[in-house]
Amino acid sequence: MYRSNILVCGGTGCTSSGSEKIISKLWKEIKIRGLEQEVNVIKTGCFGLCSLGPIMIVYPEGSFYSMVQVDDIAEIVEEHLLKGRVVKRLLYKETLDGEKIKSLNETAFYSKQKRIVLKNCGLINPESIDEYIAMDGYCALGRVLGKMSPRDVIEEIKMSDLRGRGGGGFPTGVKWELTAKSEAEQKYVCCNADEGDPGAFMDRAILEGDPHSVIESMAIAGYAIGANKGFIYVRAEYPIAVKRLNIAIEQARNYGLLGQDIFSSGFNFDIDLRLGAGAFVCGEETALMSSISGKRGEPRPRPPYPAVKGLFDCPTLLNNVETYANIPQIILKGASWFNSIGTEKSKGTKVFALGGKINHTGLVEVPMGTTLREIVEEIGGGIPNGKKFKAAQTGGPSGGCISIENIDIPIDYDNLLSIGSMMGSGGLIVMDQDTCMVDIAKFFLEFTVDESCGKCVPCRIGTKRLLEILNKITSGNGTIEDIDKMEKLCYYIKSNSLCGLGQTAPNPVLSTLKCFRNEYEMHVNKKKCEAGVCKSLLRYEIIEGKCKGCTLCARNCPVSAISGFVGMPHEIDSDKCIKCGICMQKCKFDAIIKH
Amino acid sequence: MKTLEELKKIRDEARKNINVRNNNPNDIKVLIGMATCGIAAGARQVMKEFINQVDKKNIRNVTITQTDCAGSCEYEPRVEIIFPGNEKATYVNITPEKVSRIIDEHIINGNIVKEYTIGWNN
Ligand SMILES: Cc1cc2nc3c(=O)[nH]c(=O)nc-3n(C[C@H](O)[C@H](O)[C@H](O)COP(=O)(O)O)c2cc1C
Ligand code: SF4
Ligand code: SF4
Repeated sequence: MYRSNILVCGGTGCTSSGSEKIISKLWKEIKIRGLEQEVNVIKTGCFGLCSLGPIMIVYPEGSFYSMVQVDDIAEIVEEHLLKGRVVKRLLYKETLDGEKIKSLNETAFYSKQKRIVLKNCGLINPESIDEYIAMDGYCALGRVLGKMSPRDVIEEIKMSDLRGRGGGGFPTGVKWELTAKSEAEQKYVCCNADEGDPGAFMDRAILEGDPHSVIESMAIAGYAIGANKGFIYVRAEYPIAVKRLNIAIEQARNYGLLGQDIFSSGFNFDIDLRLGAGAFVCGEETALMSSISGKRGEPRPRPPYPAVKGLFDCPTLLNNVETYANIPQIILKGASWFNSIGTEKSKGTKVFALGGKINHTGLVEVPMGTTLREIVEEIGGGIPNGKKFKAAQTGGPSGGCISIENIDIPIDYDNLLSIGSMMGSGGLIVMDQDTCMVDIAKFFLEFTVDESCGKCVPCRIGTKRLLEILNKITSGNGTIEDIDKMEKLCYYIKSNSLCGLGQTAPNPVLSTLKCFRNEYEMHVNKKKCEAGVCKSLLRYEIIEGKCKGCTLCARNCPVSAISGFVGMPHEIDSDKCIKCGICMQKCKFDAIIKH
Repeated sequence: MKTLEELKKIRDEARKNINVRNNNPNDIKVLIGMATCGIAAGARQVMKEFINQVDKKNIRNVTITQTDCAGSCEYEPRVEIIFPGNEKATYVNITPEKVSRIIDEHIINGNIVKEYTIGWNN
């Protein structure tokens, strides 16, 4: 028995900020003081507060230490673990209330969250099946195989109103039912862990922090639809997730939770991993299955849908990682528990990867129907440096932006669609007043142009033309006709592309046009970028009256664009200027402005 | 895995190791004075004994932690036992030999071991 547990985040974020070194130093200091029989160190998955890493939490007190350095470890072990004195200077500031120490659940970041799919993340060792079992892991599988028919399972999932978390929001129970109804010798269960949206890392966090929840759920799905084989398609760029999945699958096999005759029910099920090379289009279901079977990851027309003809031409169920992670909870706590959370048509919670101009970047899980304002201002701790909120992008390259007018709309599948965005997989990028919306649209379009598989013309050539027009506008050569042309092209691409990538690629353009048309017009008519992002439209200028002729700017300009005599006002040659902004930073008299 | 019972057995065994993460307010708290004075008087051995005994006797609802110096160093090693609802008893000059009795009489059966409390001898 250990009187104390130290949980250190071993997710990708904290690992890159040095949590491995912290763990080895902890063990060293613990052994020096002879505490190794009393104190255990556990490497967990992500806690969510990635911006404050490396993170560790010490139980039984639940003290939350953030931004821990290797040099702090000796003090923590000596003071806290040996003598019982919490090292206040290293605690996460939000947990300090004067002299009192609050629990993590009382802090702004956690108090509005509701953790269903992340419930074990940061609480258990993901490389230990026993710890997962201690949290009622595999009980749902046991109950399903012992007491429920496949029909019962499907009914329960249907009643829960769970919708797919991979982006589209298709009702999960209906998908299971369709696949169950397809008659075939062989069927498959697949898990989509491709996570191609730049800025999204929810699925990675689940796989790193609680891999067994996905394995258990896939076995339940296999029983429900009549499949004995599963594949997890995960991108090779997620090495920690891949490692933990492999460990988890091996442990489940050793316990007989995968394999033959699970729980003496006669049901057989096993899972293999397939590594993807990280192409965005391989997240599309037909491309994914083509890739698993060893072929080029290209989409094909639907129907037939995978429920009828999927992997190796057999009926196949494909769900997203987060979708699966909900299933064991629904079985254990019941559909009516699950559908009591959320909004009328979107039940349960959604995990968002918060990024961009926000104080607490990281992972949050909130009930459906939480407003963007709550996520940004309360959970996310607001915008840094006193800047103003401008918009947030959901759904990544397939989604759109939410502007300030809609900041109080409850976030769910249908509301987001109605304001021209979409839920997507859960990337949530916050933008402040210094963001140029035309530039944002350009960023996402560059991504889709790169990622288009090239199979169909509207997407391959259409997105390229679209990007060209955007480049024209941001470089100051656009005309008002270009905006109209662009809009028409968007609708053309949307309605003629073969797969979801092309069908949604114009969304970032359309939604920024809808909410920020004036910004496009400003770029075109006045050749101005108010946010000061589009370099071609920027001009740096020295105000004659303020310039003291100190020569500092001229000495620092990398392209010698500034001229002038000592003590005399200087001047910028705008043909030479590359708009790097160094002169403006250097000038001590605020004599340089950009506009 | 053959049966749900087998799974539950693994679960109950595994819960022992993660119980400490629950931060359960209904746990009985054993606080051992672990400042420099406490350690010098032998508090570390007392703590180890508590951990051993609680483990051996398979008691689940106990959290063992340290507390600071109370200012009367001559009474160390000092052990405070707090039941949910804040009923607190303070034992003084505790040695590993006395631990077993505290656990049996106080923690398990709820009767304070008066002889070990402050002021009993004087
Ligand atoms: C271009 C493109 C990329 C996609 N990428 C992903 C992805 O990374 N992860 C994912 O779960 N679904 C992705 N999807 C959606 C999948 O095609 C599919 O709808 C989803 O995995 C189904 O699971 P769900 O019903 O549980 O959401 C993508 C779709 C398209 C068109
Ligand atoms: S829409 Fe784009 S990604 Fe999809 S099949 Fe066509 S070219 Fe490929
Ligand atoms: S912005 Fe950069 S390149 Fe332009 S004048 Fe200033 S220092 Fe020179």
